[in-house]
Amino acid sequence: MTGHVAGTDDAVILAPPKTRLSEQVLRILVPIVMLTLAVLAWQIYVVTSGTPKYILPSPVDVGAALLTDYPTLLPSLWVTLTITFEALALALVGGVLLAVILVQSKWIELAVFPFAVILQVTPIVAIAPLLIIYTPNTQTALLIVAFLVAFFPILSNMAQGLKSVDHNLLNLFDLYGAGRWNQLIYLKIPASMPYFLTGLRIGGGLALIAAVVAEFAAGSAGAGSGLAFRILESGYRLNMPRLFAALVMLTFTGVAIFGATSFISWLVLHRWHESAVRREN
Amino acid sequence: MEVRVRPHFLASRKPDLTLSEPISPPIDVPRSTARSVVAMRGVSKIFSNGTLALSNMSLDVERGEFLSLLGPSGCGKSTALRIIAGLGAPSSGSIEWPSSTINSKGLPEGDIGFVFQDPTLMPWQTVFGNVHLPLKLQGIGKDAARARIMETLARVGLADFANAYPRELSGGMKMRVSIARALVTRPKLLLMDEPFAALDEITRQKLNDDVMMLWKQSGVTVIFVTHSVFESAYLSSRIVVMRARPGQVFTDLPLSTSHERDENYRTSEEYRATCAIVSRALHDAINSAEVR
Repeated sequence: MTGHVAGTDDAVILAPPKTRLSEQVLRILVPIVMLTLAVLAWQIYVVTSGTPKYILPSPVDVGAALLTDYPTLLPSLWVTLTITFEALALALVGGVLLAVILVQSKWIELAVFPFAVILQVTPIVAIAPLLIIYTPNTQTALLIVAFLVAFFPILSNMAQGLKSVDHNLLNLFDLYGAGRWNQLIYLKIPASMPYFLTGLRIGGGLALIAAVVAEFAAGSAGAGSGLAFRILESGYRLNMPRLFAALVMLTFTGVAIFGATSFISWLVLHRWHESAVRREN
Repeated sequence: MEVRVRPHFLASRKPDLTLSEPISPPIDVPRSTARSVVAMRGVSKIFSNGTLALSNMSLDVERGEFLSLLGPSGCGKSTALRIIAGLGAPSSGSIEWPSSTINSKGLPEGDIGFVFQDPTLMPWQTVFGNVHLPLKLQGIGKDAARARIMETLARVGLADFANAYPRELSGGMKMRVSIARALVTRPKLLLMDEPFAALDEITRQKLNDDVMMLWKQSGVTVIFVTHSVFESAYLSSRIVVMRARPGQVFTDLPLSTSHERDENYRTSEEYRATCAIVSRALHDAINSAEVR
């Protein structure tokens, strides 16, 4: 922001600073080139070393497996995706609501705190086999695990955000006689958005990981199974190209979730929050 | 220099001229007691750490005056302002609002505007949204409030920046937004807590002129907390000098407002003389605290 000196009154720039076109192109080009090179190196290594498919398939083999095996893999991906997003949705609603309740009074916080800590430090995936006994079906057990894993980052970030409101703004709201509800809607929730969105990004990634890892731990089989089962199955059958194909699907899902949550974060914050704004000097 | 120590310097209408040799004082005769906007009656404040921030402070703020609370840091001037605004109850004593209807919290709702030392804007709201806030909390919607918000923004010179976000503004402009937000409810009383302390001198003088203009045009009563002799002498129709440990009124100096307060006033003999008197009073206030 040239010509903008803090404290002078007339200098203000409303237009975002423009980056040069060459830099914009490079920003996209560099990651793509690096990824392509990595895949190429993998292909060359497999071909030249003569590594058999059942140990390390080449990218071409994996691509072929994706094409031939998608009738098997897609339904499983759908199952995993459903669990992931249901868990994330529940975690968002539950995490935000509980955070709002927690910050109302320090006594509520004290009462709930031990449970929160216990659930957070226990490796939730390890109780997946137990949950299978307690729940009517595997899907429910997996949903609960994924929910618990995604829930805590959202809860703790949201609670932190709600507590980190500028004290002078709180004073201002008091001055104008704002009740708790108005204070929550107009001040605390908007102010905690950066924290909430951090929780969302972490929770989104963890929900997918938990949905897969819990399926490993719980052990499901047959129709209605997620991608974790397909990975185990392919491993037993030494069908490495299909295993890698399933992994690629998971990776792309994870990247898509990260991209979506980052985009949401940008949408909400880009006009006002430092984290989403380019540094201007 | 002679220092007179009294248990309480209750707000005296006359300047305490024993404090200084009179230097052609630009001082009014004591004005007739108009009805006061707000009155502090024997207000004391003890913080939870045991600090006696205010001791038995009484003050009548008259309608239409520009009153500066001047004192060294730690003299409780900001505490006094916050107590008047209802941000923290006094430990003893009371705040009276003779001509306002007060709500359940003892505050005259909508009658107070407050400007903090920091602009204290909501970064996620535009300038328009920030100025809308006090009206929104009164249940007035965006469209119903639009004309009033735009008019207030125009008064502080920010009509073109309604859709800007605070981070896009300079320090002085943010402070103008803060002032606009305080004025948008058309308060009877405007409380300002060292509002320009963090600004550079040029911006500060400009904003002083603007505040002066707003005060003259709107007839709002202002209580202005500052530690600057020059700022208070330039702006005020009355300066209450405070002393620290414990915070209380040291002396009360009504000033003449017969001179136009503008650029010329800054270099005038009257301004110089006022600054000298105020400066001496502040000096005495600081010394008297040390004697104790």
